[in-house]
Amino acid sequence: MSVLDPVVELVRGLGTTLKMMFERPVTIQYPEQKREVRQRFRGRHVLKRYENGLEKCIGCSLCAAACPADAIFVEASENTDENRFSPGERYASTYEINMLRCIFCGYCEDACPTEAIVLGDNYELSFYDRRSAIYTKEMLLEPVPAQDMTTPQKVEANKFTRSVPEMKDPTD
Amino acid sequence: MLTDWTLWLEWFIKSVIVTLALLTGFAYLTWYERRALARIQVRVGPNRAGPFGLLQPIADAVKLIFKEELTPGKADRIIFFWAPVITLVPSIIIAAVIPWGDKFTAWGRTITLYVADINVGVLYLMSIASIAVYGIVLAGWSSNNKYAMLGGLRSSAQMISYELALGLSFVTSIILANSMRLLDIVEVQKQLWFVVVQPVGAVIFWIATLAEVNRAPFDMPEAEQELTAGYHSEYSGMKFALFFMAEYQKMIVICAIAATLYFGGFLGPFVDRFPLLGPVYLLIKVVVLLFGMIWVRATWPRIRYDRLMSFGWKVMLPLSLAITLITATGILLYEMYDNILYYWAIPVVSILIGLLTVVFIYRELRRKAYERA
Repeated sequence: MSVLDPVVELVRGLGTTLKMMFERPVTIQYPEQKREVRQRFRGRHVLKRYENGLEKCIGCSLCAAACPADAIFVEASENTDENRFSPGERYASTYEINMLRCIFCGYCEDACPTEAIVLGDNYELSFYDRRSAIYTKEMLLEPVPAQDMTTPQKVEANKFTRSVPEMKDPTD
Repeated sequence: MLTDWTLWLEWFIKSVIVTLALLTGFAYLTWYERRALARIQVRVGPNRAGPFGLLQPIADAVKLIFKEELTPGKADRIIFFWAPVITLVPSIIIAAVIPWGDKFTAWGRTITLYVADINVGVLYLMSIASIAVYGIVLAGWSSNNKYAMLGGLRSSAQMISYELALGLSFVTSIILANSMRLLDIVEVQKQLWFVVVQPVGAVIFWIATLAEVNRAPFDMPEAEQELTAGYHSEYSGMKFALFFMAEYQKMIVICAIAATLYFGGFLGPFVDRFPLLGPVYLLIKVVVLLFGMIWVRATWPRIRYDRLMSFGWKVMLPLSLAITLITATGILLYEMYDNILYYWAIPVVSILIGLLTVVFIYRELRRKAYERA
């Protein structure tokens, strides 16, 4: 039978492709259906808030210092108890990430002392011009947990003195 | 006098119908091929524009019309302009002799379901089919581009090599039908399709056909990896679309020819009583044969150029000569001694010769493998 091999192999190839025709397509119809991203996927950045609505970011610029692509720009301002954005002395009054420069390495996440910046699971970053590639603080900030928790908040004096939260588990 | 101009009108209407059928056929063949290829590759394929992506060809056409057309600076402008036209026209006019039905009576006159009924239809097919290569060669030459030039040259060499095998497999069905008129060839197949009488001839026809229309696995002239795009490297916009159109229309037409010569043409159940079923049967056969082409494209890799040539000259040509000889001898003996056994010897001996060819190919491959080791 091995003499007929040249023909048999060709026909077997045809059989394989025909068999594949009756398999379910693996296509995901993208804009309607989206594939779940992996747990450790590094997508667009999110600026987190505490449960009481205060921003975690304290404007320390460590993320900007850690950024290898120089994509992050932070400008800090002073907090007061009348006008409080975040715990501690200062908050980020300007926070901008240039998404054209960002390489999604996650070093900003590692550098952040308050775990304020987190690379989320949004990968739909597209824009029509370079100016709109700069994501501002309003775009990055997580929505408030409840209606009355928008920043700045008016808080009682000397309650939020510590800018970096106490670690519950120091080995973390 | 009156019949004269109505005859002209009838011809005109039929030609317009054939041309339009081919043009829309081209559009939907691209859709069909993309969908079928996608399914074979476990994908979905174009399904966005309209239901099942049926409006996709229209979107493609709009895109191609509005694209910029470039002419290379040192190209031969006149030939560069006319080459796509020279390629396209034969692929449409070749359809004139293909019968897509018998005849029916309407408005008090019999209307035949074919544009032209010439008694040397097969010769017409042969000659027009080979004219198309001029367009490809001229396109390659006038582009003033090495890749395009090589593509054009490859195409002409390939055509010449496979034209012989194709012609000889035409000859087998001419011998079986004892006529060069395509309508006669179809009528004779009422008893039995020629693919049953001469299966090896049909296979040769099929392979030569793939080479003639530059389809995978013989798509040498446009081997992307070697020649960027082959003869149409420098073409863009609507000029490129004309080449594309010609290629796909040739596919449709050659499948219609294959159906006519080997698969009973427009014949099918009840076609005697309802002649308008003829076009439907032909369409079904063409769609099935086209699927074969797409299927082959999805399965087999492109064959190397020197192997393509040696396969054409050392396997296809001798085999088709042998097939022609067997068919002619069988028919001759059948008519001389009036014994049906001789008629049935044709497929049996042909298949044996086909197997023998496979054995020879196998030994040749073995010998080469030994030499390499």
